[in-house]
Amino acid sequence: MSNAKNVTDAEFTDKVLLAEKPVIVDFWAEWCGPCRKVGPILDDISVEYADQVEVVKVDVDNNPNIAAEYGITSIPAIYLFEKGKVTGTVIGARPKQYFEKEWSEVLSK
Amino acid sequence: MSTAADIRDVIIVGSGPAGYTAAIYTARANLKPLIFAGSVTAGGELMNTTEVENFPGFPEGVQGPELMDKLEQQAAKFGAQIEFEDVESADLTGEIKTVTLANGDAYQARAVIISTGSAYRELGLPNEKRLSGHGVSWCATCDGFFFKDQDIAVIGGGDSAMEEALFLTKFARTVTVVHRRDTLRASKIMADRALAHDKIRFIWNTEVADVVGGDKVTGLTLRSTLDGTMSSLDVTGVFVAIGNDPRTELVKDVLEITSEGTIAVEGRTSKTTIPGVFAAGDVVDPTYRQAITAAGSGCVAALDVEHYLANVEAHALAARA
Repeated sequence: MSNAKNVTDAEFTDKVLLAEKPVIVDFWAEWCGPCRKVGPILDDISVEYADQVEVVKVDVDNNPNIAAEYGITSIPAIYLFEKGKVTGTVIGARPKQYFEKEWSEVLSK
Repeated sequence: MSTAADIRDVIIVGSGPAGYTAAIYTARANLKPLIFAGSVTAGGELMNTTEVENFPGFPEGVQGPELMDKLEQQAAKFGAQIEFEDVESADLTGEIKTVTLANGDAYQARAVIISTGSAYRELGLPNEKRLSGHGVSWCATCDGFFFKDQDIAVIGGGDSAMEEALFLTKFARTVTVVHRRDTLRASKIMADRALAHDKIRFIWNTEVADVVGGDKVTGLTLRSTLDGTMSSLDVTGVFVAIGNDPRTELVKDVLEITSEGTIAVEGRTSKTTIPGVFAAGDVVDPTYRQAITAAGSGCVAALDVEHYLANVEAHALAARA
């Protein structure tokens, strides 16, 4: 199960930067092995912490502009946005508990 | 508290070629192995590679992730219980071993196989960490895409470095391999391919002194290993492939570790310094570190476990008689 939505370059401002809630953005691509590992973990987080955060996914293959804007050259790159600002970054696939620890202020009930 | 019924024969930690081979063998020995494959590390290092050309039985080559899927399926087919969970700690000293997961759940077994593999080595430079994800990378298959028509560097002289360099030529304009010796450690076939490639050039006897860049990598500062001369190289990407370090965090306080950082095992066996604890794969191997040697090592561990458990059983029976 997942509440995560796909977001395009064009939708990024509306769906992420102007969002009320904190937003976790997963920059990923189909060809990237570690991305396929962390995807389901972020799906879990989107369900478990549905009241606290939005989780969105940006496929960099089809949407390279936002990733370039943030200088992303490694994926998976998982960014936390709050009120339009980057407040956390995680590069590479990590276990769920890692995100819960790293972003405990947002990921707590 | 768990009861005797909850105590398994064997728990395997790690799911590269060593872990899955150990799972296949122990499952076929009816030891009902429980394997903690890891939530993001499942399948191990081969999950980030492309074509594996040297695994016996695949004359056409096989994709690393596909090979690992097959090993997983083979283990599952014989009844191995595969859980995509991360082991947080392990109490290995007693006759019954306890393995605790990151989610707090604890599992017990009479024998444990540690096959946690190895993690890529970093250069150890402050700017390397700072610019990680902004030009510094460890995964060519993940990140090559971001360096289309750019000039990039690969650091290292082994098979992994050559494989990354060759893969990256699909995207980059030029690939410069920076190596601290004057010969490659890579296998002849990989070395020849890289040396012959018109997009790849080599800088020999040179190490990286610093990674340069504000928000993104713009270059490297290099130092000659012969005379210390400094130079600079303009690149927008750096792929680090200087080797791997065994992942021993889980056990380094209780098991003997060799001077090379691997778990010490007895002779050609997988026996560690604690009875009932076995180790296999890259975590015990400072030398060969191939998919096939890891698989062989996993087989050794499975057979050692089988033998160990049979002995424990025989002793228990003798004590009761």
